[in-house]
Amino acid sequence: MALAPHVSRYENCQVGAPTYNKPGPVERYFLIASTFCFLAAVVHTVIELRTKVFRPMRLNFLAIGLGFIFQTAFLWIRGKELGRCPITNLFEVFVFLAWSVALVYMLVGPTYRLSLMGAFTAPLVLLLQGFALIAPIDIRHPVTVPGNSWLEFHASMSLVAYGAFALACIAGVMYLLQERQLKTHHLHSIFYHLPPLTNLFAAITRLLWWGFALYTVGIVSGFFTGHPLPRIQVVAAITLWLLYAAILQARHLNWLAPKRVATLCIVGFSAALALLWGITFTAELHHVP
Amino acid sequence: MKLFCIGLSHHTANVATREQYAGSATAESITRQSGCAEALLLTTCNRVEVYAVSDKRISTDEIERCLMANTERNPDDYAPPFYRYEDNSCVQHLFRVASGLDSMVVGESEILGQAKKAYESARASGAVGPYLHRLFQRAFRVAKQVRTHTDIARGAVSVGSVAVELAQRIFGKLSECKVLVLGAGENSERTTRALVSRGVTDLRVSNRSLDRARELAQFVGGRAVPFDDWVAQCRDIDILLTSTASETPLLTSEVLEPMLWERLDRPLFIIDIAVPRDVDPRVNELEGVYLYDIDSIRSVAEQSLALRRQQIAAAEAIIADHVAEFFDSISRTLNRLSHGAEHSSVGENSLRVSKS
Repeated sequence: MALAPHVSRYENCQVGAPTYNKPGPVERYFLIASTFCFLAAVVHTVIELRTKVFRPMRLNFLAIGLGFIFQTAFLWIRGKELGRCPITNLFEVFVFLAWSVALVYMLVGPTYRLSLMGAFTAPLVLLLQGFALIAPIDIRHPVTVPGNSWLEFHASMSLVAYGAFALACIAGVMYLLQERQLKTHHLHSIFYHLPPLTNLFAAITRLLWWGFALYTVGIVSGFFTGHPLPRIQVVAAITLWLLYAAILQARHLNWLAPKRVATLCIVGFSAALALLWGITFTAELHHVP
Repeated sequence: MKLFCIGLSHHTANVATREQYAGSATAESITRQSGCAEALLLTTCNRVEVYAVSDKRISTDEIERCLMANTERNPDDYAPPFYRYEDNSCVQHLFRVASGLDSMVVGESEILGQAKKAYESARASGAVGPYLHRLFQRAFRVAKQVRTHTDIARGAVSVGSVAVELAQRIFGKLSECKVLVLGAGENSERTTRALVSRGVTDLRVSNRSLDRARELAQFVGGRAVPFDDWVAQCRDIDILLTSTASETPLLTSEVLEPMLWERLDRPLFIIDIAVPRDVDPRVNELEGVYLYDIDSIRSVAEQSLALRRQQIAAAEAIIADHVAEFFDSISRTLNRLSHGAEHSSVGENSLRVSKS
């Protein structure tokens, strides 16, 4: 179901022993260059933290922008090599998710003047991509399956929705940080660079709506793939959909204070990550003879 | 050519001494009386300084006489504590002054406007030549860079500005905020003016005396609310500013909590500048309520000042770079012009030559 990318397609296929992908040098260099860009953004933030000077970080936005271009180049080359959207194993899913987070940040960050969001986004992308690079998860399954555009659409749309949920989670962290400083009356340098509470809450709400809409499209398109879907994946994906639907409904009816919505964004994205891991990992296990 | 600065400031003289030297001289009169090639007089409530360029050495006493020209000085007065900076240290001092590093409130930006006014005034009277022109233009650039690249001007340091800053960090634009002012005293008025200056338009004023409430409401462009109705207003407002003479808290969490259910998605910012306090401190524990009393506002102001002080080293580093660069560039210009002057045998003041 949602986020059981092309991996689930292998269930109906005869599979041989899995082999580790050996990405071509150019392809790998792009991913390493991209990771270094995000690392530069994180290091820059840490230095600013240590000197207690936070600035609207143009460097962060540039580093993330450059990292995004390299990510896109990597995914494009890998996609051409595979002949389909590059989300066929856990490694590619992580890179695609990191790309989605960066994409949503590039769209949302400047629009809502959340310049400091980059300082929070870069570590998450670095973590996802660094893990993908280091862990031995780039396993190629020696199968040739004809492309299924519905399946590709379903998986990629769901991952972009995850990107929006990730940004909502980051905005939630920023909200809680700002809220805590205001409550305790202890204001740090970062206080003057974080957006106002009401702006952050508006950004959280919009990101949740975008993520929810994309995720809904992703889930619905999953039913058109023409493949039988494991019940546990369907239940998990619908549970996550219901969780976000409940958050949005409670927000819409003013049942939840902004602080609780921000907290639930973090809980929701943690659940989404666990679900993504579970779905992709169990799907891969299916292929190991 | 000698560049120097002679003056006194809040570091070296009290206000009584400073006011003796303020207001009686102009840049033009100093140039005329002392024989300087160029001069500029910077007078603020915290300093009286003369920046000048001259071929010959001008003593501190001469400048002091120029500053006192139209006043009667008491001969029994002690020698005023004038300081003197020359060349590099003069440039560095001006850059520090323009950047707000030498101000009483570190990082304040008013001094930059005052320096610009002093420069304009001296330029209009013809007392500023190419040397001081370049020096002051560079000083304005340095001040801007220091403010942009450090947090020296971050954070508010007065009650009114802290209240405004906090409100902006909660609501963003204040133009859409509804404000209730409880108590129409002088403190309320000052803070209300600060809020109005940042765009607040929906203002309600409540006071035990309705006439006084009307008076303040009229003054700040708001409307008066009967004192009996102010609690009900808490359902609707975004900011509550209280400063009454009440001996007991007027707003408690028991009163406020039921109203918060109706406004769960909107924060409430309460500024309680009354002593004794008008709002029970436990109100701050309620979700979505941010209560600041006079002590917490002062604490925020102190944190801002501490933050500014942390930025001094970074600001000094920017200034040091500019001082060295300015001197390099001015020396090159002087050399080039003096060579030109030798060849053309024109005038002794090379910078004046360059102007003509």
